[in-house]
Amino acid sequence: MTAPGKALSVIGKLWPWFAVAVVAGLWTHGRFGGGLAFGLRAGESLRDFLVEMALVLPPMFVLVGLFEVWVPRAVVERRVGRHSGVAAIPWMVLLATVQAGPLYGAFPVAVSLWRKGCAPRNVFIYLGAFSAMKIPMLTFEVAFLGWSFSLARTVITLPVFIVIGVLMEKLLPNGFVLPSVETGEQPTSVL
Amino acid sequence: MIVLWIITGVALLASLVADRRKTRLSLLKGLRMFWGVLPLLLGVLAVVSLILAAVTPDMLQQVLSGPGPLPFFTALGIGSIALIPGFISYPLAGLLRQNGASTPVLAAFITSLMMVGVLTLPVEAKFFGWRVSLLRNGLALAGSILVAAGMAWVLP
Repeated sequence: MTAPGKALSVIGKLWPWFAVAVVAGLWTHGRFGGGLAFGLRAGESLRDFLVEMALVLPPMFVLVGLFEVWVPRAVVERRVGRHSGVAAIPWMVLLATVQAGPLYGAFPVAVSLWRKGCAPRNVFIYLGAFSAMKIPMLTFEVAFLGWSFSLARTVITLPVFIVIGVLMEKLLPNGFVLPSVETGEQPTSVL
Repeated sequence: MIVLWIITGVALLASLVADRRKTRLSLLKGLRMFWGVLPLLLGVLAVVSLILAAVTPDMLQQVLSGPGPLPFFTALGIGSIALIPGFISYPLAGLLRQNGASTPVLAAFITSLMMVGVLTLPVEAKFFGWRVSLLRNGLALAGSILVAAGMAWVLP
């Protein structure tokens, strides 16, 4: 690796910790020092994010691990693979709507589905349903924006992300390979 | 959220009863994936916290209500960039509506907030690669405009 490349990769590894340290520092200053409201707010929202992450991510990753070891590839391929029909769509939507949490919690599930032979269109339909139709989220939406808004938005959004899923599959090249999350290796075919 | 933990617990127990070695393997797999993405996710969340602290609900209210097409595009822009958890964004949307934000503006804000994530792009790219992530976010942005247009038509 060249020297500038090496420096870049060190920055790439260290900036997240630097950003966390900045927020922690600002919060400490706000809490114990000058009473900086900005720092307090930043620290509190980071704390909320961390709580949310701690609640959602551990079970998600355990489930993903269990899924990778126990569920046979053939089952995934038959039900939601490239040659599955429209019957796969309700399955993907059902899987997504019973879950909770932020969209990044769905990424590991989506990746392991993809690795097991789920068709890309169905992976993106899952992500779409996860982002827009989670049942816990909908109860919140109804409470603050009302039934008519929530119902109309859900009904309009559903076909939109099915189309997005189909388009994504069409737009990706045939031999497309996912990067490895574990090692951070990007296959050369990606960009 | 509780349901997710219960399902996970039951699945984990069943797996333990069935095969201890396989269970260990699956936990290791999950952990390795978690570890691979954790630093990046922490960094992104820290940056998002800084931005959220700089932008107050009052500021959002000012730019998202009012006449003309400008609030619509502002809503789309903010919704695409930001990452705001639902328990904050929905009360905020309710407040925006009380202060005169229109249905398409609210729909654009909520939908792009949920489906498009510019700030979380690095995390998404870690899982899917940049090409997939940029494509998905681009299509989701176009989709948000469609949804908002549909909402304007259904709920004028």
